[in-house]
Amino acid sequence: MFNKGSELLNLCKTRNKKIWEIVVEKEIDNAQISYEELMNNMNSVLDTMINSANAALDKGVISISGLSGGDAKKMEDYKNKGNTISGQLINSAMAKALSTSEVNASMGKIVAAPTAGASGILPSAIISVKEKFNLSHEDMIHGLFTAAGIGEIIAKNATISGAEGGCQAECGTASSMAAAAIVEMLGGSVEASFNGASFALLNIMGLICDPIAGLVEFPCALRNASGVVNAMISADLALAGIDSIVPFDEVVDAMYKVGKSMPESLRETALGGIAATPTGEKLKRRIL
Amino acid sequence: MKDYGIFDILGPVMIGPSSSHTAGATRLGKMAREIADNTFYKVTFYLHGSFAKTYKGHGTDRALVAGILGMEPSDERIRDSLNIAKEKGIQIEFIEKDLGYEHPNTVKIVFSYYDKEDYYIVGSSIGGGNILITDVNGNKVEFSGNYPTILIRYIDQKGSISRISSILAKEDINIATMKVSREGKIATMIMEIDNPIKDNIINNIANLDEIIYITGINPIGR
Ligand code: SF4
Repeated sequence: MFNKGSELLNLCKTRNKKIWEIVVEKEIDNAQISYEELMNNMNSVLDTMINSANAALDKGVISISGLSGGDAKKMEDYKNKGNTISGQLINSAMAKALSTSEVNASMGKIVAAPTAGASGILPSAIISVKEKFNLSHEDMIHGLFTAAGIGEIIAKNATISGAEGGCQAECGTASSMAAAAIVEMLGGSVEASFNGASFALLNIMGLICDPIAGLVEFPCALRNASGVVNAMISADLALAGIDSIVPFDEVVDAMYKVGKSMPESLRETALGGIAATPTGEKLKRRIL
Repeated sequence: MKDYGIFDILGPVMIGPSSSHTAGATRLGKMAREIADNTFYKVTFYLHGSFAKTYKGHGTDRALVAGILGMEPSDERIRDSLNIAKEKGIQIEFIEKDLGYEHPNTVKIVFSYYDKEDYYIVGSSIGGGNILITDVNGNKVEFSGNYPTILIRYIDQKGSISRISSILAKEDINIATMKVSREGKIATMIMEIDNPIKDNIINNIANLDEIIYITGINPIGR
């Protein structure tokens, strides 16, 4: 039905539908499942997301390796004191993104979105926006379909793997998906959704993948925190009516090319970037 | 262009931190348990390549043990599996070893029994939670466990293959792939079939004179 962003945009325009509606139609068609089954599946995805985004907020969750943990709770406590620089929403969203990342690193249950490493961004984005604007459970479900549509296009035309395209491909894609979802959840146009998706990707274009000791912990959790903020500001930029001069499909292509031209040391091998710092190396020797 | 469903993007629902170290390792352990007799009192895991280097940090050890205890890859008790094994009185040992196999995430799982010889399985976690079993107690094999799989060792005789396949045909079961290898008079057959394996099929084949060993393995979820 669609492979490119432009095709999805056209389908929405000609049939006067939202992104999530087209994505639902396509999935029912492709996977040969009923509407009810599809909604059930998405509901269980959302349930897992809500759990993981909250599980580490009130008790410190430490990773299996012992390298990291407890930061979601610190963030949540800090936010609750009410004296933050960037405000309640942003601080709360960062806490929720950290929570899912910590649940993942402690062998808890998460939804890869689109990968385990970037799994904190989308849940936090849709839950935070739902809470702030008093939206419904259904609005969140719709947001997830919108996000899935964007993610699918990026996966098809570029890559969503850090080993192939760096962190821009993982956390960048997650932010891009989340930005489009937020815009649509808040009633923005289809064009605005794609603008938001483009902004999120180009804001972090070139971000490398450099996890210490190859473990999805540091800097990964922090990038989930900044990733959800990236999604929210990208959505605001788009909802303000700012246009992406370069269309979404071209931004995706550019991200792919940048990823392919990254040296291997900066693509999940833990041989460059933060992983290769003296401290990163020292921790690696201690853990592994 | 590869086609994606939306639950390839929002999914899988999984136990962290990584599909090849958690889901893949759990499935390897569970597959080994399915193939071996599970009256074992001790399991030794020989870890190769990056499994050997990173198993503690990634929780691969817990995932493997969860698997041999029969847990699914989505089980939230995976992180406690080492304690659960202890409670059940099963001895567990991890040994880092160069197995000479080329895939970096490879493990040799050896089951020990009070009343019989050790039994082992070798397999690799090849990414995204997918696995490949490459050796079953000395039989070189290659199967993914994504389909119902039947493993048979038999004394090779004229007509063996047709006797086995006619039992399946009678039950209206389609064979998707079949591989046979032979060492001396002993043949090893790996069949992937289209339908779930039922006990009566295994029993009917086991009744053939030439059969030394047979096991049926239904697929393990992600
Ligand atoms: S740094 Fe690498 S491993 Fe960590 S979240 Fe980014 S892409 Fe994933």
